[in-house]
Amino acid sequence: MKISPVRKYLREDRLPTIFCPGCGVGMIINATITALDQLKIDFKKTVMVSGIGCAGRIPGYIKVDSLHATHGRAIAYATGIKLANPELNVIVFTGDGDTGAIGISHFVHAARRNIDIKVICVNNLNYALTGGQFSPTTPKGAWTYTSPYGNIEGFFDLCELAVAAGASYVARWTVREIFSLVRSIKKAMKKKGFCFIEVISPCPTNFGRRNKMETSQELIRFFKEREISVKDAQGLSREEIRGKLIIGEFIDRELPEYTETYKELILVSQKRFKEPEKPGLAWIELEIRY
Amino acid sequence: MNNQKRKIDFLQGNDAIVEGAILAGCRFFAGYPITPSSEIMESMAKKLPLIGGVFIQMEDELGSIAAAIGASLTGLKAMTATSGPGFSLMQENIGLAIMCEVPIVIVNVMRGGPSTGLPTKASQADIMQTRWGHHGDGEVIALAPWSVQECLDLTIKAFNLAEEYRTPVIVLSDAILAHLREVVTIPNPEEIEIIERKRPKTPPEEFIPFKADETLVPPMAVLGEGYRVHYTGLSHDEHGYPTDDPENYRKLIERITAKIRKNADKIVSWDTKYIEDAELVLISYGSSARAALQSCIEARKQGYNVGFLKLTTIWPFPEKTVKKIAETVSKMLVLEQNMGQVVHLVKEATEGKAEVEFYSKVGGEPFLPQEILKQIRRIMK
Ligand SMILES: Cc1ncc(C[n+]2csc(CCOP(=O)(O)OP(=O)(O)O)c2C)c(N)n1
Ligand code: SF4
Repeated sequence: MKISPVRKYLREDRLPTIFCPGCGVGMIINATITALDQLKIDFKKTVMVSGIGCAGRIPGYIKVDSLHATHGRAIAYATGIKLANPELNVIVFTGDGDTGAIGISHFVHAARRNIDIKVICVNNLNYALTGGQFSPTTPKGAWTYTSPYGNIEGFFDLCELAVAAGASYVARWTVREIFSLVRSIKKAMKKKGFCFIEVISPCPTNFGRRNKMETSQELIRFFKEREISVKDAQGLSREEIRGKLIIGEFIDRELPEYTETYKELILVSQKRFKEPEKPGLAWIELEIRY
Repeated sequence: MNNQKRKIDFLQGNDAIVEGAILAGCRFFAGYPITPSSEIMESMAKKLPLIGGVFIQMEDELGSIAAAIGASLTGLKAMTATSGPGFSLMQENIGLAIMCEVPIVIVNVMRGGPSTGLPTKASQADIMQTRWGHHGDGEVIALAPWSVQECLDLTIKAFNLAEEYRTPVIVLSDAILAHLREVVTIPNPEEIEIIERKRPKTPPEEFIPFKADETLVPPMAVLGEGYRVHYTGLSHDEHGYPTDDPENYRKLIERITAKIRKNADKIVSWDTKYIEDAELVLISYGSSARAALQSCIEARKQGYNVGFLKLTTIWPFPEKTVKKIAETVSKMLVLEQNMGQVVHLVKEATEGKAEVEFYSKVGGEPFLPQEILKQIRRIMK
């Protein structure tokens, strides 16, 4: 039997995982570790941080330093970790509720600062760990325990938000495009800046079952039918892309990164302290746009 | 010790806290502005970059405490400072620091509440929130300075206790001390005792992250050292792995509680004056204790046998001290700026051995010695 190269990075003493059969999380763990392995990333210098949710349980199964923090706060914890030790590779695993609802402020502000944290958001279209309530990304009309007459709120585009907030790299894939996902994670790991990768992932237990999609195959078909590439979506009106799932790279740009800028600030402050007569702010151009 | 070389400065309480923190080795500060604590973060913003430290203004207090805990996990000494509303927002993550045993110092410059309350005026109404604000069991350590000098000294102590016991330590200042200016002696770095967290002595393969020796405090591997530790706020076993096994949970909670309770005698500190012949002892803390001492001195001039107990550690509560004093005096008068918090602890500690009276002042104005004198006369007539 061929043993997957991923296996050696797992905490085998903790297997099996708590994830349900058919859950997309396994594929996302696989893709992440494959990307890190291909890049020969030093796992000893890698920290994985998560919030609370099914996705929040991911770091606990991987042989790295990890922090399973509080609901919504993973990115804020990661901000402290990265700033305190910029040498570390900091990867955040989060859910759509974790990032898009309770923790949205940290998400937006980390993107705004463009701090070098890589966020992998497992979007299973609902609050799964708590048994299936609607999240900010649950499709309109979907049945969940808190939308028993159909969800009246719509799918919130977290990628658009990350772009608007100032992230360096933003992409969305479904678990169907696993190779694109691996490529994206590799790209993000090589990039200096805030990277946000959203992965639409099947949750047969709490989303699929309640919406007449018993298996992950059916959920994956549901994703497939709605997918449209970023490129194809470009010329279309809001009306035309309603109900579609836009996938691909939303942005890939070079912007000043926060920990690098902070290092400059240390130098500038120390210089200013020695030459206090120099007026303030001259060192930085007043910019209101990147 | 070389007294001449020590720096003497004229500082406000908030600045003294910053001096103390930096002397203690604090190199990371995350915060969100709030009156009357903002000067702490403003001063940190100025000073930390100069010594290569990290300052970040976060988007809220949830983020501030989270970032500070994250920084501490990498081995830096980290702090945040806030006041009432912000302290309320921090509670859930203070719970995480207790559960994951992360050293961290939180300054709460108390102001009037509930809600926005009295933003610019003092109160001492967060005593119980400090101890019980996070959900679930678990202990914290809290220190209450009564002078600007103590703002500095106790902040150093707070970092030492946080490191020694791997736990959040809260400095309970208040709006009066925050902006009070007094002469402060800044110690030389060489004369300060600095405690660092215990680090693992075993190689990563043999290291069990939450296995403690008789001190009940496990050594701490920091992120990026190769120990591959999993920290979780879930109930976890000695390996750091989540488990809901009842026996394991009981053991974990017992240990993180006992590591503070069993060492309470070592942790607590207080000051007394004129206790020997006292019939009535005034008990106070923080800025209120200043007026209490004044009134005590005045009362003695007027012939009343009054003693004074200033609580420096609020949590763990110095119950043995209070109990011992209760055995020798007949009455105690607790003075605090709230509707009654420490008074309950005093009543519990005295076990009925002394009569406990309570006098409070809420509204943000400090106690006046004359007001307290009036109470002393009433009680001792
Ligand atoms: C402060 C707080 N509120 C609520 C919860 C309960 N809770 C745990 S996970 C979760 C939602 C998880 O949804 P998501 O972030 O999308 O992750 P998923 O489980 O779907 O992977 C909620 C509401 C909590 N743990 N903490
Ligand atoms: S509830 Fe859904 S997201 Fe959670 S493990 Fe099961 S399938 Fe996966």
